[in-house]
Amino acid sequence: MADLAAELEPHIPAVRRYAWSLLRHREAADDLVQDVLERAISRWHFRRKDASTRAWLLTIARNLFLNGVRQGGRQGRHMPLDDSEVPAPEPGADRTLIARDALTALQGMREEERSLLLLIGVEDLSYREAAQAFDVPEGTIMSRLSRARARLRQLVEGGERVPLRRVK
Amino acid sequence: MQDGNRRPVGEDDIEQLIDGRLPPERLEAVRRFLAEHPAQQARVAVDEALRIELRRQLDSIAAEAIPSRLRVATLLARRNQAWRRRLGTAAAAVALLAVGLGAGWQVRGWQAEQWRAGPQQPAPRLAEASDAIAAHRVFVVETAHPVEVGVAQQAHLVQWLSRRVGHPLRAPDLSGQGYRLMGGRVLPAEREAAAQFMYERGEGGAGNRLTLYVCADGRADTAFRFADADGFAAFSWIDAGLGFALVAPLDRPALLAVAEAAYQQLTAPAGATAPSATRQPAREH
Repeated sequence: MADLAAELEPHIPAVRRYAWSLLRHREAADDLVQDVLERAISRWHFRRKDASTRAWLLTIARNLFLNGVRQGGRQGRHMPLDDSEVPAPEPGADRTLIARDALTALQGMREEERSLLLLIGVEDLSYREAAQAFDVPEGTIMSRLSRARARLRQLVEGGERVPLRRVK
Repeated sequence: MQDGNRRPVGEDDIEQLIDGRLPPERLEAVRRFLAEHPAQQARVAVDEALRIELRRQLDSIAAEAIPSRLRVATLLARRNQAWRRRLGTAAAAVALLAVGLGAGWQVRGWQAEQWRAGPQQPAPRLAEASDAIAAHRVFVVETAHPVEVGVAQQAHLVQWLSRRVGHPLRAPDLSGQGYRLMGGRVLPAEREAAAQFMYERGEGGAGNRLTLYVCADGRADTAFRFADADGFAAFSWIDAGLGFALVAPLDRPALLAVAEAAYQQLTAPAGATAPSATRQPAREH
């Protein structure tokens, strides 16, 4: 079982980052990560040997997130979003401003677009791994990625207001 | 090399460039193409900056120390515990069947018993069961105000009750058992507040209602315990700091089915996808 830890734990930071990006809530994100790991542990022997463990875990995370949304359980909408949850920008840096806008803009995008940008651009999934995760051909991933990037760019550049989801 | 540079530039080249994955032999062709298309070049520059900054910004999350609850060792330990509990429940179900077949078996009044522990360990009655049955009896007969906060405001309801009970709560979805959530209310409990979720089925009314009582209970986890009084049956259990009691005017096996469903959903880690995850496995590769 020690090797299970050695196999899974190196990827926890990436899964946490992705989970947080989807949920924008620390506790909820770690709940999701915990679900992912529990599932991964119980399915360890069924994983596809030709896919990387990281891609597998991230795919589980996405599927569980989507299941949760369908069930109405894991919707960020019902969670108070604390400003302190957003990584603090370093003052004065224009680039950071863009990134902060990007983080906010990401919230205004459809889950599929968000996940594409996150899984490929941030989590470094290969296009092939992304194609498997989304269950579409690789070429489709490329054009969807291109569209998602255009959309993010428009949201950031157009300064379209993307209200933070907030309750109470 | 030359071949690599002669093919026309496509969307895939551009995306690969932005992701820093463009094969070296394509670099020159793509650079040349972008130099000839300044507008696209500008877009690519923004996309690239966004990708890099997004990643840098999110890195702080990945850089954090991993909480101990996410350690594989922790999860394996929990898993073993859950497994033992399931075995206990299965054994109990067998025992119940045997008992049920025995003639003249009957639970009288508050004779709660523990299923799993066996005779060597007398089962203390859970206060949850009696409180829950009392509350059930009082409120299910209400026609005007069976609940304080209705299901229309479910998010608020759950948030409010969670705050009062001091633990994150969830109202399990019992639609699979034919029950729809009506709403809930706060009840007095020993020290803190308890929550009551009310469900009903069919045409509703007192006889078709079911309540789930939840209060903080820091004692060790238990298996299901059965109690009945005044025609109401209750299964109660403690799990992860919360005491639960499910009450309805049902016979024991029927109530058990509902209790199992509730239990399954409630023991899924907070954030709640486990029920759907067990019923409709997600696609994994």
